[in-house]
This record gives sequence, structure tokens and C-alpha cells, in this order.
Amino acid sequence: MRKNIIISGVGGQGILTMAAIIDLAAMNLGLHVKQAEVHGMSQRGGAVESHLRISSEEIYSDLIPQGKADVILSLEPMEALRYLPFLSPEGVIITAKEPYKNIPNYPDETELLKTVEKSTAHVLVEAALLARQAGSPKTYNIVMLGAASPYLDIDPRELEQAITHYFSSKGEAVVNMNLQAFRLGLSNNPN
Amino acid sequence: MDNRDKQLLLGAEAVAQAALDAGISGVYAYPGTPSTEITEYIQQSPQAKETAVRSTWSTNEKTAYEAALGMSYAGKRSLVCMKHVGLNVAADAFMNSAITGVHGGLVVVAADDPSMHSSQNEQDSRVYGKFAMIPVMEPSNQQEAYDMVRCAFDLSEEMQLPVLLRIPTRLSHSRSVIGRSEIRPQNPLHPVTDKMGWVLLPAIARKNYQLLIDKQPKLVALSDASIFNMERPGEGNKAVIAFGIAYNYVMEVITTYRLNIPILKISQYPLPEKKVRQFAERYDSILIAEEGYPVYEEWLKGYFGNDKFRGRLDGALPRMGELSPDALARALGVEAEAPRDIPEIVAGRPPMLCDGCGHRDLFEAINRALEIYPYRHVFGDIGCYTLGALPPYNTISTCVDMGAAITMAKGAADAGIRPAVAVIGDSTFTHSGITGLLDAVNDGSPVTFIISDNSTTAMTGGQDSAGTGKYVDICKGIGVDEAHIRTIIPLKKNLEQNVAILREEFDYEGVSVIISQRECVQTGVKHRKKKAQQQD
Repeated sequence: MRKNIIISGVGGQGILTMAAIIDLAAMNLGLHVKQAEVHGMSQRGGAVESHLRISSEEIYSDLIPQGKADVILSLEPMEALRYLPFLSPEGVIITAKEPYKNIPNYPDETELLKTVEKSTAHVLVEAALLARQAGSPKTYNIVMLGAASPYLDIDPRELEQAITHYFSSKGEAVVNMNLQAFRLGLSNNPN
Repeated sequence: MDNRDKQLLLGAEAVAQAALDAGISGVYAYPGTPSTEITEYIQQSPQAKETAVRSTWSTNEKTAYEAALGMSYAGKRSLVCMKHVGLNVAADAFMNSAITGVHGGLVVVAADDPSMHSSQNEQDSRVYGKFAMIPVMEPSNQQEAYDMVRCAFDLSEEMQLPVLLRIPTRLSHSRSVIGRSEIRPQNPLHPVTDKMGWVLLPAIARKNYQLLIDKQPKLVALSDASIFNMERPGEGNKAVIAFGIAYNYVMEVITTYRLNIPILKISQYPLPEKKVRQFAERYDSILIAEEGYPVYEEWLKGYFGNDKFRGRLDGALPRMGELSPDALARALGVEAEAPRDIPEIVAGRPPMLCDGCGHRDLFEAINRALEIYPYRHVFGDIGCYTLGALPPYNTISTCVDMGAAITMAKGAADAGIRPAVAVIGDSTFTHSGITGLLDAVNDGSPVTFIISDNSTTAMTGGQDSAGTGKYVDICKGIGVDEAHIRTIIPLKKNLEQNVAILREEFDYEGVSVIISQRECVQTGVKHRKKKAQQQD
């Protein structure tokens, strides 16, 4: 088993939380994990990404080679496209539909979604809507984790356990809200 | 893989955990990407708390290094951490600690930032190790980083030298599953007995330097025997010498494309002479894969250039920037499929100041205030506020090194620029700005220094700032006239008033300090959350 995943978005959107949850689930399954993340200046509202690799075999590079990512999991449609050089020919983009506009020259949204649609296999998610249904806009990233879960080769129950563990210090209500967000994201999946 | 009893750690955290397990008594550091998480991990570690490992932030890398050396003098183990450019600040202490030698184990971590993800340059700290003539360790992955830290402390105590551990951003900021060794107790207090050995008067320094030179053959022999320097056999007349993390990229390519190329992996310096000589003699063409500068490529190639060594100097690998599996694949002749392009519709998204950040209102006020002057130069410094050089503000004219805003503004004032304006963050001011301010006061230089005080070291994630609450007193103590130490609150509603104050001080022919005070929005949120939790 081997999965290369790029998680992308804008600094502050919650990429590291998603990565940490996948890491935890993979580690509990006895898999090898490597997950490179961005700290420092780019976290200030800039484009950020995490290279996440999980495998039953030893993993060498912290970075995913170009053309070898199985999944781009993005919290924002334009950021999904930024990492296309890493996506394999069979790769899939799973992205939130909602743009994050903090630059003056943000492209036309319709064109952007069209570009995603014609670039590769894709899943578009109404993440903000589902997050609100789950109980808080803050669960946006966990909704996306749910939507991506069928493509990660990890049993969703393991991911749910990791979510429970990750949010446990914040109390049962927060745990349940995030589990709900995860399930809403998962059920959003067209497959 | 059995992951029970294992932990998922960043490379930086693996270094921290390893240092705790190896029995340090203290860590000393100033925050700097990508080194910050080492010290933060120790600050939050229950294990460190139980064993009273000291870990508060130092004012700068030099004070950190010297304190670590003092702890070593006392016989205890100490860790000192910094980003690569921080080693420039600590260089005086660092170089001379190779001459004094150490007593308790001292490991200095330099976290390099090739590709300058969050830095002003990509200098290669291995050069410093060679310069100081001390052992350098360069792990290829996070587990090796963990294992090496203990070896580095042992080596430091065996050879009575500081040991430099060099980690790049990619290793420091990448998580992996780490297995730990047993916890070793701290050293007891047992200070140096040969006190004269630590007094670097010329006669003693000469003697010590000779001792350092005499240690070199032993260091080379230890490198030759090191388990971290090893050969991976293969076939053919082409080979690779891979240093540190470059080994991972080479292995990625070799395992993906099933190549059978011999590799010599090097992770401990000085160069293992026998291993390198024997390996190099066997092959016709050798790719030198180094993360950072082509330090050893240059060395192996020699002044007259032995063409069999290939790498960053002959274009086999890019001359600058971080290595990648893709760069190594090309250098090893793999024809990978052309990657997809980034669609044209994708716009750049550079980092920017947060919404509601006080620096924004400060820049707006400075720009307005400067409108009436012919010269509009603002000497900047290192921190989030460096982003004030970019649109929409375009306020900042320079960013060079920690504290340079103060002294460059002074020099520019000496040359005749009016007004000479400096913007420096609170943490940067205490790091390296205070001495420059004293120069300006002694010279009566007509400069306006603006300390943008957000009460934290913001860019590295909100660490405590050494001078919080003390800036007025510091400036008074240095001799700035109290009438020209002004405090402003950078808020929209204060804009007119702030512009007026700035102009008053711009027009003053002497040293002014304006403390622009507003808490960082990021730490403000954190503080409010913490307070709310305490009230619950």
C-alpha cells in the first residue's frame, strides 16, 4: 500500500490539522508516514501545502516527486490547481468549491471550477454548507477530510478514531461535531 | 511496521526528544524558522518539566550559545538551537568554543533553510563546522536525527568539543514515526577543574588551538568508523556520494526506477577519508549530492577540477535551492514523464499581513507622514513587518539582518538622509537593536526609530519577546531624551494624531524612539482563549 497526498490551501485554513489526523490513523495502522509541512512566513495568508506520504514500505523522500501524487486534497479550488505538476495521470482532485479570496487578482470562479473539472478526475465539495450543517464553519477542513477518505486507502473508522483522539481535549461536543462533519463530507461523495 | 511505543514527530521535535532522552540539563535558543519547534517542544514537554530542564527563550543566538557553553563548563549537557543565520550571530562564541573545548556535552543545532522558504539567504552551516574544525552531523531522516543527537552528545564529551548538528527545513518540518531509546539521567554538577584552559589569553589560545589541530586525525578516524557513513553497494562505473538528506532523494529515485547505482552516504564530518578515497577510486563518474552549497563537491573536485565529480558546479544539479527527488532523477539520467503544467488561471498568493494587524495601521501612518518629505526611505528589519515592503504599502526599503534597521538608518542619517526612519519589531530590537541605539545616542544622530511592539515574536509563531513592557525604560536607560520617547497606538481612529507625532519626531534633529504598541492579532486570539479557559 502506498498513497501520496498533497493537502493544499491558504495559511490558517487548517491543513496541518487534517494532516495530523491522517498521520495518526496511518501510524495506528502500523504504516510508515512522512508528512512535510510549511511553517514560517508563508503561514501568513499565503499558499501552503503539505506533502503526506503513507506506505507499507519504507518512505525515503519527504517530498512527493512530480507526477506521483495520488490525491490533491484542497481546501480551496485555486490552490488545488497550483499543485497539478505533482498529480499523477490517474490522480484525483478533491477540493472545496468555496474560493478563498485574499488577493486582488483572484480569478473568475466559474472559469476556475471549469479548469478543475477538465484537468483530471475530481470531487467538488460544498464544504462551507456541510460545515454549517455539522454545527460550525470551523469543521470545514474535517468535512473535506471526510470527502477525501474514500481515496486514502484508510478505513474511515480509523480516521474517526483519529478525529476522536485529536479533539478529545476539547470535549465531547467538539468531538461529535467533527465526527458529524467527517460523515457529512464522506456521504457527499458521488461514488 | 510495529508502531507501538512510537511517536509521530517533526524532525525538530525528534531532535528535542532525543536531547531530553540523552540527558540535557538545558536548551538555549532564539526562535527562527526552521529551528523554533525544537525549543517549543522542550518547553511543553512534561518530561522536561519533571527533570527541571531549563528552556525559556534567550534574547539572541549569541546569548543562547554562551549560556549553553556555561552549562557545559559546569559539567552538564546543553543543547543550543538556531536557524542558519542565527549561527552568524553566535559565531564569535561558536568559533572560540572550539578553542576552549567543552566539558559537559554541547550540541549546537543549526537548522538550514535551502531555497530560503523563510530566510534571507541559504548559507550552508557545514562550512561553519569545517571552519571551527569540529565534528558535524547531518541526518538523512527524522529517526536518524533522533539517534544522532545521542551520538553527538557522546562524541562531544569524548572529544571535548562542541558538535554541530545540521538539519534542513525539509527534515525539521516533516513528520515521521520515531522509535526512542532509554532515558539517560542528566550529568551531575561537576565544573571544569583546569580553569586556565578556558582563559583564551594568546599563550593559552595557541596551546588550545594546537590541541584542536591534534584532534583532527581522530575526528577523521571516528567519521571513517561511524555507522552514519556507509556504503550501499551497486553495479556499474557511475556512483553517487550523497550527503545528509540528499541520500533520501537518491534512494527515492533508485527504488522508484529500480536503479542499481552504488552510493556512499555521508552524515558525519570531517569527511571519512578512507571511505571516500576507496569509493572514489572505483568509479569513473560520481554525482555529488549535497543539500545546500557544493561544499564537498568543490573540495573533491579540487582547484584544477577533476571532471569525474559532478553536481551543482557543472549543472548536473541546480546551483541553488533545495534538492528534490525530481532534481536527483534528472541528474541520474531518469527520463520521467513530463509533469502537468500549472494552469494559467492560477494567480500567485504571497504571504501577507493578517487582517487587523497593527503593522498595517503603522505603515499607513508612516506613508502618510512621509508624503511631505523629499526622501522616503524606511530602514526595515526582520519579522512579519518586512511584508510592509510589498504592496499595498511599499513602505520598507531594506531588510538585511537582525538589528540592521537601527544602524543602517543611523549610517544613512550620517550621510545626510532626512528623515532617517527605522522600523524594527520589539523582539528584533532586543535581539540586536539596543547596541545600535546606543551608537546613535552617543553620536546624537538625527534618526527616528520606530519599535513596532506587538508584544511577541510573531513571525515564528508567537513566542515570548524578551523586552515586553520594558521598552521605554530601555530607551531611557540608554540615554534617549524622554521627551522624544513617544508611544502611539496604531489604530485607524488614531491615524491623524499618529501622523502628527511621526512628523514631529522626523523633524527633530536627534534620536527619537516611537513605540507603536498593539498586540499581535494572532497571539491576542490565543491569549483570549487561554483566559476564557481559565475562567471556565
